Amino acid sequence: MKPSGPLPELDNIKTVFEDIPHCKALGMQIIELRHGKGFMEVDYDKKMIGNPKTGVVHGGVITALLDTLCGVVVMSAVPENTPLATLDLRIDYLHPATPGDTIRASAECYKVTENVAFVRGLAYHDVAGDPIANCTGTFMLAATGFAPGRPRGKGKGKAAASAIAPREGGQPC
Amino acid sequence: MLKTIATLKEAGDITSINTLIPYAKTVGLESFMDDHGLVTVLRFRESNIGNYLINAIHGGGVGALLEHAGILHLLAETEAAVVPKIVNLSVDYLRPCLAADTFARGTVIKQGRRVANVRVVAWQDTPEKPVAAAHAHFLIGERSG
Repeated sequence: MKPSGPLPELDNIKTVFEDIPHCKALGMQIIELRHGKGFMEVDYDKKMIGNPKTGVVHGGVITALLDTLCGVVVMSAVPENTPLATLDLRIDYLHPATPGDTIRASAECYKVTENVAFVRGLAYHDVAGDPIANCTGTFMLAATGFAPGRPRGKGKGKAAASAIAPREGGQPC
Repeated sequence: MLKTIATLKEAGDITSINTLIPYAKTVGLESFMDDHGLVTVLRFRESNIGNYLINAIHGGGVGALLEHAGILHLLAETEAAVVPKIVNLSVDYLRPCLAADTFARGTVIKQGRRVANVRVVAWQDTPEKPVAAAHAHFLIGERSG
């Protein structure tokens, strides 16, 4: 049975996202978010270079962008305050990113079951038809012992949530 | 002489390769050798946090560690003439990866002429409790003829 309850406010998800240190460090931005679908981008920066000879960004930048966006679209597709944990993420690298160009990504959560949400996404420069990378991922819903992936009140959720020891599932979102 | 990944590989100095890669410096990727071979580390930094409620490392950072460890492991263990190029990476997230250094070690499962299959496992406290594992394919040679 699919989890029931009202879907979260999209602006709340955006606020949570904007506070994630690693996303801020790389300069990721949400361009558009709907329930179950979203678009993000990250501008090229020399600090992201993985191949010093060519200036191509490290695969980790694309992994982080797709992982973040997949988490965001799953969060937008399941009832408010559902704790999430990434189970797995598979990425096919289709061609190297072009040095200097903004990297964009789109993702959709195409199926939600009682326990698991399924998501797929693409990274590209200008046209999604010429992707840099393709990804699929699965997320565990309501993983036991996990803190919810969003604050319940301004500031006060932080201390309470950190006291909960994660026990099951993968990487908490 | 200008140091490149190729010259460092030739000299057997795999751990210094990180100093040539801006992204490795940005996120804190380093390597060292132990009795069993090469270990790659993602140092804990506030800027690597992906969940600030429980101070967990960003899943993308963990994925980057696994990919990077796979590349360096191939450079250390094989005669690959080129810097291995990633084809795909499948990451299984096994336990929460919390606010601490994260270590990773690769194993070559199968090495062909053009492609290598590598398994990489990451841990924090002890290798017996992995936080994530990946299998990945890398191109390691050109097509001949």
